[in-house]
Amino acid sequence: MRELSSTREAYGKTLVALGKENPDIVVLDADLSRSTMTRLFAQEFPQRFFDCGIAEQNMMSISAGLAASGKIVFASSFAIFATARCFDQLRVSIAQPRLDVKVVATHGGISVGEDGFSHHAVEDLSLACSLPGFAVIVPADAVEVAQVVRAAAATPGPFYIRLSRPKTPLVYHNGYQFVLGKAATMRQGSDGTIIANGIMVARALEAAKNLSHQGIDCRVLSMPTLKPLDREAITLAAKETGAIVTAEEHLEQGGLGSRVAQVVVQHQAVPMAFVAIKDAYAKSGTPEDLLQRHGLTAADIEQAVKSTVARKK
Amino acid sequence: MSSKERKPGNPFASATSVSAEAFPSIREKEAVGRSLEEIAKILRRHVITMTARAGSGHPGGSLSATDIVTALFFRVLRYRPSEPCWSERDRFILSKGHAAPLLYAALAESGYFPVEELSTLRRLDSRLQGHTDRTCTPGVEMSSGSLGQGLSFGIGAALAARLNSQSYRVYVLLGDGECDEGQVWEAAMAAAHFKVDNLVAIVDHNKQQIDGWNWEVMNLEPLGEKWRSFGWRVIEIDGHDFDQILAAFEQAELVKGQPTVIIAHTIKGKGVSFMENNPEFHGRAATPEETELALKELA
Repeated sequence: MRELSSTREAYGKTLVALGKENPDIVVLDADLSRSTMTRLFAQEFPQRFFDCGIAEQNMMSISAGLAASGKIVFASSFAIFATARCFDQLRVSIAQPRLDVKVVATHGGISVGEDGFSHHAVEDLSLACSLPGFAVIVPADAVEVAQVVRAAAATPGPFYIRLSRPKTPLVYHNGYQFVLGKAATMRQGSDGTIIANGIMVARALEAAKNLSHQGIDCRVLSMPTLKPLDREAITLAAKETGAIVTAEEHLEQGGLGSRVAQVVVQHQAVPMAFVAIKDAYAKSGTPEDLLQRHGLTAADIEQAVKSTVARKK
Repeated sequence: MSSKERKPGNPFASATSVSAEAFPSIREKEAVGRSLEEIAKILRRHVITMTARAGSGHPGGSLSATDIVTALFFRVLRYRPSEPCWSERDRFILSKGHAAPLLYAALAESGYFPVEELSTLRRLDSRLQGHTDRTCTPGVEMSSGSLGQGLSFGIGAALAARLNSQSYRVYVLLGDGECDEGQVWEAAMAAAHFKVDNLVAIVDHNKQQIDGWNWEVMNLEPLGEKWRSFGWRVIEIDGHDFDQILAAFEQAELVKGQPTVIIAHTIKGKGVSFMENNPEFHGRAATPEETELALKELA
C-alpha cells in the first residue's frame, strides 16, 4: 500500500507559501474554507482573503474584477459548485477575457462519497474543458498539487484545478517535476497504454502490475493536464503500444477519454476503451463502494486492457 | 503595489478604415468648453447613427443612460485616453452591456479612439463588438452582455484598490431589468459586507425591459428600500437632470463605510420623441427615415 497524502492540505499549504512570496496573490472562497483548506491562507493573510458566502456566481465575477486589477486570484469551492453553479460567470467574466483566475475545486468525482449525487462533480471537467482559454488539470497526489498550484500562479490566464476529498496515494517518484501540458510516463510498456489522472493513476499502476504477472506489458501515462492536451505522448503511445485505455473519475463524455479519443482517431487510430462513469448519477455510499459500483477499480482497468489488447490487429 | 495588468489581446490594433463625414466629432479639447447638454446630444446622435448603420443594436437603453454617462466621462471620471490601462484610473464598468453604443460614443469623444471608428459597430473585425468586449476595445473594463455580473466585477476592482492603497473609484452602471438577476443581490450583499465605499452603482431606472414595463414583467419596487435594506446608501435622482446627477456623484464621494447606489429615474429612448417609452427600440435600430427624424430632433 502506497503512502496516503491529502491534496487539499497540500493546496492550502502551497497557497500560504505563495502568499509569502507574492503580495499580489489573493484567495476567495464560498463558505467552504475549512474543507477546501483555503482557511490556512485566510489565517495567515486575512486582508487578502475574501469569504464570499454561499454565492459562487458572485465569487467568480469578484475574482475577475480583482484579476483585472492586477491580482493573481485563487477561487475555491467544491467542484460541482465551482463549475455548474457559475458556468456563465466562468465564461463571460473569466474565460473570454482570459483573466488570471485560478479556480481550485476540491471534492471532485464520486469519491466524495456519502453526501450523494448533489455533491458528486462528474461533469466538471467537461464543463471546464469546454471553456476556451482555460487550462484544466487533475493532479494525482499531494506532491503534484503543490507543483500544479505554483505553475498556475506563474502562468497567465485562467485555470481549473480539480482535487479530491479523500487522501490519495503518493504515486510519483522523488524528483518528479510537473510540466503544464505534459504527460508523465509512470511505467514503460509495449502491449498497451493506460492513460489516467487524479485518483485513477494509483489504480492504473496497480492494474499494470497485475497485468504484468499475466504477461501483458502495459505502459502507464499520468495525464494531469487535460487542456492543453499532450498530443505527442498520446500519439506515441498509440503508435508504440497499439491499444489505449483511459481511466478517469468523471462521466465518460467530455473528460479525459473523449479528449484522448479525439487525438487517437485523428493521428493514430487504435482500439480504445474508457474506464469512466457511464451516463448516470451515483448515490450515497463510501468512496470505495461507489468507485466499485461505477467500475472505477484496478480490476475494471485490468479487464478493459485485456479486452482492448485482444482487439489489436 | 501592483502596476502590472496582464491584459491579453491588442486593444491598440489599427482601426478599420471608414468614412469620416458620417461622424462629425467634438474633439476632446472642444468638449471641455461644451455644456453637458450639448455633449449628451452629440452622444445621442452617435448612438442613433451607429446602430442605424449597423442595422441592429440597442438604442433605447443607450439613450436612457446617456446623461449619466455624459456626466461621468466629461466631469467625474479620472482617466487617460492615451493610457487606457493607467492603474490609477477610475473604473467605469458597463454591466448593462447592451448599451455598448453609448459607451463607445463616450470613449470616442473622450479620445480613446477615432470617432470615425464608431461606424464599424458590429462589423466583422471591428473593435466595437455588439456587446462590450474587454479584450478588444480600449477603455472597456469588462466583457459583458450577459446581465448581472458587473457589480460583482466592480467589487473586485474596488477591493484591489483597497489592497493596493489606491484612490481610484469604481462606477458600475446597471439596468433596472438587470436587477432581476440574482447575482446582483449577491453582489449587493457582499459590497455592503466588505464596506467598499469606493464603489458606486447606478441603476438606469427606465422602467422598461424587453417584455414590457418592469411592474408587468417582474416587479422591482420598492427598489430604493431593497438597496437600503442591503446596507447601501441610496440616492434617488432624475437621471436626465445634470445638476442632480453631478450632485449625486459628489454626495457619493463623501459616503464612508458603505457603498452607494444612485437610482436614476430615466426614460427609455430619451431625446427622440418616437423612441421615448417605446419598448420596440430596446433592441431595434432606426430605419433610414426614422434616423433622419431622430437626428433632426437631436440637432
